[in-house]
Amino acid sequence: MSKPVVATTSLAGCFGCHMSLLDIDDRILQLIDLVEFHKSPVDDIKTFSKMCDIGIIEGGCCNSENVHVLQDFRKNCKILISLGECAIMGGLPAMRNGIPVKECLEEGYLDGPTVDENKKGARIIPNDEELPMILDKVYPCHEIVKVDYYIPGCPPRADLIWEALVALVTGNELKIPYEVLKFD
Amino acid sequence: MSDIKITIDGKECTAKSGQTIVEAAKANGIYIPVLCHFDGLKPAGTCRICTVKVGGRFMAGCTTPVAEGMRIDNMTPEIEDMRKQIIEMLFVEGNHMCPVCEKSGNCELQALAYRYKMMVPRFPFLWPKREVVANTPKLYLDKNRCVQCLRCVREIITTDGKNVFAVKERGGKTTINMDEKLAAGLSDDMAMRAMDICPVGCIIRKEVGYKVPIGQRKFDSKPIGSEIEGR
Repeated sequence: MSKPVVATTSLAGCFGCHMSLLDIDDRILQLIDLVEFHKSPVDDIKTFSKMCDIGIIEGGCCNSENVHVLQDFRKNCKILISLGECAIMGGLPAMRNGIPVKECLEEGYLDGPTVDENKKGARIIPNDEELPMILDKVYPCHEIVKVDYYIPGCPPRADLIWEALVALVTGNELKIPYEVLKFD
Repeated sequence: MSDIKITIDGKECTAKSGQTIVEAAKANGIYIPVLCHFDGLKPAGTCRICTVKVGGRFMAGCTTPVAEGMRIDNMTPEIEDMRKQIIEMLFVEGNHMCPVCEKSGNCELQALAYRYKMMVPRFPFLWPKREVVANTPKLYLDKNRCVQCLRCVREIITTDGKNVFAVKERGGKTTINMDEKLAAGLSDDMAMRAMDICPVGCIIRKEVGYKVPIGQRKFDSKPIGSEIEGR
């Protein structure tokens, strides 16, 4: 039987969840025996060329590109997993959800303390068609597409990611020790 | 106080008349989850996490006194799922950003979510717009995290009998407000008490954040309620 194929991506995330995946230490050798990686920042494969068994999503959706990538993952993966708080509930990026987009952009590009004082007149809010559109708020992945499983944490503990992946691939029941299920 | 006999999930227990269901269960080593309730405070019954079934009817365990022969259902799948739903509703109804919250690891709402293995709330997030009040020297109030348990309203009272916290509006608009002058005059101990009695990260004592490292916080290694069940 061929190995299950795994794809991963980071949407509105910080790559911390991917770091935590790498934090499984030498079990990474077991992991590459267990699964094959397809589209993922881990191996830099950029486009789907076949159907994958498991798609792992880090980060929520804050712009139109995130939505397209997430929908692409849903189309090309049999099982979709939300990995980490941002994918599950928006996380830190969702702290802007109470603030109108206009105010966020003005703070970021026109009025914020990190903007160059001397170039006040020349400041613009970038609006090139190449740039993804910012969404009205940051959405958890399961409010955009159907998500099958959730692995909480910021980042999820490496042990939890490992146990969850092994359980999913081998078909065994996942037992979660109390210490590894955390939201921070 | 005379002893009375009750059963909780079929287990025969002895309780004292005048005790509430939650108190009687605790005395018998049985945990009924609570969030708005706090030992020593007059029960408010606002959160309904302690819901139990008595004679086929749902009741709040923190406000209902025990009675002779009461048959109480506590840990049935129906009640446990209802409690999990309440926790999930509280998570979507406010803005609970655990990764950036100073109370994370010591938060009772989060601890209940861990106990009930909440992977994701089943309800859509509401993202309400809530206020942060930080203009007093010792405390700040982040209403994004408030669950309206009223613990602070009941407990934090000045030496001359004035309430520091009070309820404003009603129903879905309910918010907890802090009297800034009274809050500024609180002793260090009382300010810390205000943070500790808050089950979530709404009332935060300034300048002490993240003092306890991850791994040593209250609910890092032991589930909430295990101190009662382990007796």
